[in-house]
Amino acid sequence: MSEKVLMKGNEALAEAALRAGCRFFFGYPITPQTELAAYMSKQLPKMGGCFLQAESEIAAINMVYGAAAAGARVMTSSSSPGISLKGEGISYMAGADLPALIINIQRGGPGLGSIQPSQADYWQATRALGHGDLRVVVFAPSTVQEMADYAYQAFDVADAYRMPVMILADGVLGQMMEPVLLPEPKEGLPEKPWATTGHRNKRPHNIVNSLHLTSDELERIINERFERYAKVTEEQQRSESFLCDDAEVVVVAFGASSRVARSAVAAAREKGIKAGLLRPISLWPFPGRALDALAGKAKAFLSVEMNKGQMVDDIRLVVAGRVPVVHYGRTGGNIPTPDEVLCAIEKLNEGGA
Amino acid sequence: MRQPLNLVLAGFGGQGLLFAGKLIAYAGLIEGREVSWLPSYGPEMRGGTANCSVCLSDGLIGSPLVLAPDAIIAMNQPSFDKFAAAIKPGGIAVVDSTMVARIPPREGVRFCTVAATQLAEEGGLKGLANVICVGRLFAQTAFCEEASLFAAVDKCVSASKKDLIGLNKEALRIGIASAED
Repeated sequence: MSEKVLMKGNEALAEAALRAGCRFFFGYPITPQTELAAYMSKQLPKMGGCFLQAESEIAAINMVYGAAAAGARVMTSSSSPGISLKGEGISYMAGADLPALIINIQRGGPGLGSIQPSQADYWQATRALGHGDLRVVVFAPSTVQEMADYAYQAFDVADAYRMPVMILADGVLGQMMEPVLLPEPKEGLPEKPWATTGHRNKRPHNIVNSLHLTSDELERIINERFERYAKVTEEQQRSESFLCDDAEVVVVAFGASSRVARSAVAAAREKGIKAGLLRPISLWPFPGRALDALAGKAKAFLSVEMNKGQMVDDIRLVVAGRVPVVHYGRTGGNIPTPDEVLCAIEKLNEGGA
Repeated sequence: MRQPLNLVLAGFGGQGLLFAGKLIAYAGLIEGREVSWLPSYGPEMRGGTANCSVCLSDGLIGSPLVLAPDAIIAMNQPSFDKFAAAIKPGGIAVVDSTMVARIPPREGVRFCTVAATQLAEEGGLKGLANVICVGRLFAQTAFCEEASLFAAVDKCVSASKKDLIGLNKEALRIGIASAED
C-alpha cells in the first residue's frame, strides 16, 4: 500500500504523467511551470525516455506533434505566453487527430504579464487554442491530488478520442505542496494502428497530416471530427457540487479560485445564506448538464474567476437568461479572498447584481 | 476536531523558511490532517522576504494563501514588519531576535523571541536557526504531537543529507527548550 507524500503540484503532475506511460517531454522553460520540466529532465532519461529542452516553444510543440504521430505518449508544459506560441502546433495536432497532453500553469497576462497565478487563459483554452474549427479537452484540477489524477487520466482521454488534452492549472496549483497519493504505473497502453511507425512495406502507409486542399474533403473530415466532439461533450462533462441541493445562490468556480469560493460558500451558510458551489472540472466540454439542473432552482449565479470574466460566458449560455449571472474576479496575478467572495454572495443574495 | 492552524514563515532567501514550512506540513500529514504549503515565488523574493504559507486542518483547505495568520515565524526585520501586523488577534509570532531588532508590542498578539541564529552558531548548528524557530513554535502552540514533528525531520531531510537528521532534531530540541527560559 503506497502512502501519501507531500509534493508540489508541478511535480505530482509530472510523476503521474510518467506513471501513465508518458516517455517524451519537449518544452521550453517558463515560470511558474519550472519544476514540471525539471522533474521530467531528471526522471525521463532514467526510464529510457526523452526529455528535450527545445530552442523555442514552437519547436517544442512540433516535436510533440512528431512523437504523437509516431504513437508515443508525449507531453509539453508551459505557462500563458508560452502556450500562445504553441497555438499553431496545437491547431496542427487537432487537424491531424493527434493525442497529446499540454499543460498550462497560468500566469498573469496579456503579454508577458506577471508570473503570479491567473485564470485569464480560460477563453484561449476553451475557445481558440489555435486557428480553425477545433476543440481541445480541458481539465481544471483544484488540488495537487487532482493535478496527478487528471494528468494520469488525460492520456487515456486523448487516445480514446484522438485529440489533444489540456490541463489548465495556475501558479498556485503548480507551486503549492499538498499530500498526494500517486497512481500505480499503467500497464498495457492502447494500440495505435494509425501511427506512423515504420513497417518495411508490410502494410499500407499511414499518413498523419492536417492539409486537405479540396474544400469538400476538408469539410467532410471536420464534420466527422465534430461528431467525435459531440461524443466527447456527451461523455466527458465533469464537475463537483458542494451544498447545491437547496442553494439559492450558486457560485461557479474552477481551479484555485474554487478553493476560495468553497470557503466563502461555507461562511455564507454559517450566516444562513443558502449558497452552494458548482465546480467545473472539465472546462471543455463545459458541464452544462449539471449547471442546467441547478438553473431551474437557483435565484442567481456567481462566477468567481481570477480574470475579468471569461467562464461567466459559458454559464450565461446555459442559464440562458433565466436568472442573473454575475462575475466576481481579481486579475493580474491576484487571488480573491474568501471575504471578498462572501461579500459578492451576500450582495447577490440581497438581490443586487 | 482540532483548530486549524494557518501560518506564515518569512525571512531572507537562504534562511530555510521554505524547509521549515515543509517540516510543519509533514508533521500534519503524518497525523493524517489536510495540509498545504505555498511558497512565494514572485518579485517580492528579490532581496526582500522569502515566505511561505502553511495550513494544517482537519477539514478541506480553501485558499492556501494565508493572509491572516494564526502564527508567524519571522527571521528578518522586513518580514516581521510585514507579517506581524497581519496576525489574527490571539495569535503568536516566533521572532529570531538575532535578526530582528525592533519588536514593538501589539495588543492581543504574543511575540516570542528566540535568538535562533545565535543559538544555532553556538550549538554548532549553523544554518538551522529555522528549525530552532519551528521547535519554539511547537513549544508555544503544540500544533502537533512531538513524535510527529521529529518523524517529519526523517521525511524532509533528503537522502543525500542523511547526516543532518540528528542536527535538525537537536535544533528542534534547542527551540523547544528555549521556551522554558
